[in-house]
Amino acid sequence: ASSSEVAGFTGKRENIRSLTMSGHVGFESLPDQLVNRSIQQGFCFNILCVGETGIGKSTLIDTLFNTNFEDHESSHFCPNVKLKAQTYELQESNVRLKLTIVNTVGFGDQINKEESYQPIVDYIDAQFEAYLQEELKIKRSLFTYHDSRIHVCLYFISPTGHSLKTLDLLTMKNLDSKVNIIPVIAKADTVSKTELQKFKIKLMSELVSNGVQIYQFPTDDDTIAKINAAMNGQLPFAVVGSMDEVKVGNKMVKARQYPWGVVQVENENHCDFVKLREMLICTNMEDLREQTHTRHYELYRRCKLEEMGFTDVGPENKPVSLQETYEAKRHEFHGERQRKEEEMKQMFVQRVKEKEAVLKEAERELQAKFEHLKRLHQEERLKLEEKRRLLEEEIIAFSKKKATSEIFHNQPFLATGSNLRKDKDRKNSNFL
Amino acid sequence: VSAGLPETRTDTAMSELVPEPRPKPAVPMKPMSINSNLLGYIGIDTIIEQMRKKTMKTGFDFNIMVVGQSGLGKSTLVNTLFKSQVSRKASSWNREEKIPKTVEIKAIGHVIEEGGVKMKLTVIDTPGFGDQINNENCWEPIEKYINEQYEKFLKEEVNIARKKRIPDTRVHCCLYFISPTGHSLRPLDLEFMKHLSKVVNIIPVIAKADTMTLEEKSEFKQRVRKELEVNGIEFYPQKEFDEDLEDKTENDKIRQESMPFAVVGSDKEYQVNGKRVLGRKTPWGIIEGNSLHLLEELVADQTHLQDLKEVTHNIHYETYRAKRLNDNGGLPPGEGLLGTVLPPVPATPCPTAE
Repeated sequence: ASSSEVAGFTGKRENIRSLTMSGHVGFESLPDQLVNRSIQQGFCFNILCVGETGIGKSTLIDTLFNTNFEDHESSHFCPNVKLKAQTYELQESNVRLKLTIVNTVGFGDQINKEESYQPIVDYIDAQFEAYLQEELKIKRSLFTYHDSRIHVCLYFISPTGHSLKTLDLLTMKNLDSKVNIIPVIAKADTVSKTELQKFKIKLMSELVSNGVQIYQFPTDDDTIAKINAAMNGQLPFAVVGSMDEVKVGNKMVKARQYPWGVVQVENENHCDFVKLREMLICTNMEDLREQTHTRHYELYRRCKLEEMGFTDVGPENKPVSLQETYEAKRHEFHGERQRKEEEMKQMFVQRVKEKEAVLKEAERELQAKFEHLKRLHQEERLKLEEKRRLLEEEIIAFSKKKATSEIFHNQPFLATGSNLRKDKDRKNSNFL
Repeated sequence: VSAGLPETRTDTAMSELVPEPRPKPAVPMKPMSINSNLLGYIGIDTIIEQMRKKTMKTGFDFNIMVVGQSGLGKSTLVNTLFKSQVSRKASSWNREEKIPKTVEIKAIGHVIEEGGVKMKLTVIDTPGFGDQINNENCWEPIEKYINEQYEKFLKEEVNIARKKRIPDTRVHCCLYFISPTGHSLRPLDLEFMKHLSKVVNIIPVIAKADTMTLEEKSEFKQRVRKELEVNGIEFYPQKEFDEDLEDKTENDKIRQESMPFAVVGSDKEYQVNGKRVLGRKTPWGIIEGNSLHLLEELVADQTHLQDLKEVTHNIHYETYRAKRLNDNGGLPPGEGLLGTVLPPVPATPCPTAE
């Protein structure tokens, strides 16, 4: 591996020779210097626990780190899956660890679990996004950045003894390209030894046949290759968690006391807790961090940037610099925006015109109506005027008649009354 | 549709484009500290060993540049520092080879191993520096080379599909050789260091120190220190990067007493007082490389090797990167490279701690 790396560095330079030194120079302390640096800054380790409510996530974490992280029992009635994160500072000898535990809340409690995995994926992506944003800043401070990316996901499988639940498969398939998954069988003291073997085999075969990529303990370093390979064959780890202590023999050990016996957490015959602790913390913590950074994060970054239209190689296979792409995109974006602005302006003008037309039309109609009404009114008035005139004429005529009849009446009363009477009747009959 | 719509729309559209502050990682800003009385051993401290193993596997790069007029003993010194024939000495040049007309940059890589640690050491020589009659701007090719390495690294870093490990050709340390005149710095020295101290870690070295007596040496050192200070030249370890009091006191001692290092380089061993030392044999005695061990400490040894690389990466490289992105992007500082192109942060907030 080292020689190929060296060859990779050659480039345009002259051949690289191996030299032997005639004395002690002192750079063999380089790894120490590097490590001292990290000790100064402290380490970050972020664990995500995914599992149904009440499956024992918090208890297992407490047991793993031998501390009582404060936590309340979660309710089973959450409408959606949520994630809860807490950071703790632990110290062992001169090593300071910033441990962040992220728990799912309400996982598996909903009636419809189709969207259950989404909040988890979103959370993991959000941490990648935060890191990416920092990395892309012009003035950035990566070496003081609190790395919140999830380094390992402990997936808790229900100890049914049969197989994986569909929810498990669905969730793990969506997580395996984003995070290192270590599946564990929770509350393993409910599964008997023989059942456990069959269960493990069934689980692994299901994972394999569904193409779920779980985390493999690395086997490239000779010193740990053997143990890692052996552990790979023991997955998923069947774990039991407990912070309660029970007296066994003459020691107090962490255990769960049943009427029929005591399940000891750290007894390798009883469960795989010790194996999990070994693998997770003592052997592969650094590898988990490295895989997260070099594999999962890089994948996220690449996808995100490609999504936004950035490529390394443009048309005709000429390498495209990020700068060029960025400028082109910015230009395009500005053009797009201007076009949209224009469009909106046009639309606005159009709308105004239309509205104006409508209003004008309405105005015209109104005017017409008004005219019409005025005319009608006028006609009415004339008619009424006419009627009045007629009426007045009749009144005058009637007054005249009345006057003449009175004169006639007042004349000598000699005329034949009957004639008069007849005349009167005749006149009166005009009015009847 | 209200009046003046296009203008106000633009504003809100603009505010959508300005990226919201990066999503807070869903951890509370102040981590709660659990009492460090862990109830028992867990094994967290094994991470040190895990880390060490990993770094040993990947190996280290170290790139050191030597600048100074020819004949000052650059190659000999480098050979002495790394106890191997790292540089070919000028005296072994073909006699017909002329002094180059301009400053050349020659980078030669070697792999050396010690205690299981593999180091790829690259020595960058600059023949022709200060050797012409007119030496104006002879530092420019050097500055150009240094910036080119930063550019190379930046390009790799900015790729979509990145290499697992970006080859580091950046200059971690530049040894500048001062002529032991005994008087003061030359204008060329000042010009060079003024320009280059902003882009690379400079360690000034007084060459061929065996031409000065002890008093002359300490006087010269003092004068050089004064001149550097007056001209605002910050050499490594730079004052502004002292992290804490401990660093400061340690580095102050180096800065104010030992530097610039007066060295005598030699690749021949002699017996002196029963010890085998590297020295130069003269009629009047065998000269040992005196401040050499301090320089060694700084460059090759325990204390500062990693620090040199870190200052290069975290400070000089970041400065270059920020400047580069600012110039070409025309973006206000602090905004991301892809600031205006990133889609607005989606409406659903990142799940936060309850």
